[in-house]
Amino acid sequence: MIKIKEIKKGTKFLLLVILLYLILGLGDFDLIKNGFLYTLNIFLKIVPILFLLILINFLINKYFKPKSIVKYLGKESGLKGWIFAIFSGILISGPPYILFPLLKDLKRKGMSQPLIAVFLYNRNVKIPFLPVMVYYFGLTYTIVVSFYVIIFSVLNGLLINFFIRKKS
Amino acid sequence: MNNEEALKKSLNTLKSSFPIMVGVLLLVGLANQIFSNRYAEIFNGNLLLDPLKGALAGSISFGIPVTSFIVGGELLSAGVSLIAITAFILAWSTVGIAMLPLEMVTLGKKFSIIRNSICFVFSIIIAILTVWTLNLLNL
Repeated sequence: MIKIKEIKKGTKFLLLVILLYLILGLGDFDLIKNGFLYTLNIFLKIVPILFLLILINFLINKYFKPKSIVKYLGKESGLKGWIFAIFSGILISGPPYILFPLLKDLKRKGMSQPLIAVFLYNRNVKIPFLPVMVYYFGLTYTIVVSFYVIIFSVLNGLLINFFIRKKS
Repeated sequence: MNNEEALKKSLNTLKSSFPIMVGVLLLVGLANQIFSNRYAEIFNGNLLLDPLKGALAGSISFGIPVTSFIVGGELLSAGVSLIAITAFILAWSTVGIAMLPLEMVTLGKKFSIIRNSICFVFSIIIAILTVWTLNLLNL
């Protein structure tokens, strides 16, 4: 028999969510049915992204050496690291639950936490999504928001650096 | 590192986060069912409370960013203020309550809490600045 302690954290979390679905399903079956269908729809959309992320991760593992990562994104990377983090955040697509493990790997290889924050904040300026934003809100709005996001991504990194150092 | 090792490592990285990924997606699906029809009720035009509410709603409704543009666009057509929608869109992709367990496991508890808190405040500030800038440009 499997003991609860032996179950990994991630699996426990998934089991809790399934339990939540079951409890809610007793009261409103349509709610959980639609929730599940919505989830399935998202999952189908992200399958190509999953393959892309595996490919990116594979290329990073194969060609990026820790020294080169540290050089561009590490604590001693300087201004280039910040610029590299902004562009990486804009260019590398994928939801955070796929990007987090990738960033964990990069962190292990020397990427600093402020640069991870900069990378994640620039998810707001995703090139493939911008036409949708322009369609709904206009070109000027898209440019203004994107400008502020890039500026605030740097502030975000600086604040992360300040708070983490202060707490340490 | 050779091809086989690099591929194995890549797959293992994804495999380890797969149960949380599925759990998070199920939560996102559920949250969208509960909140998606109530957004128009939540935003009532208050210039101070709207961005706060927008940021709160965006933090809960975490998902693919492009979905927030579509939801935001529809809400704008329905008469919801741009300031609330901007905060909503920004918080949607930068603050993630549902994603927090995965972020804490992969990137660290302290980092995740600080980052999400900063992003929440920034989504409100950027929303105010964006609308202010657009007004300045007379758009």
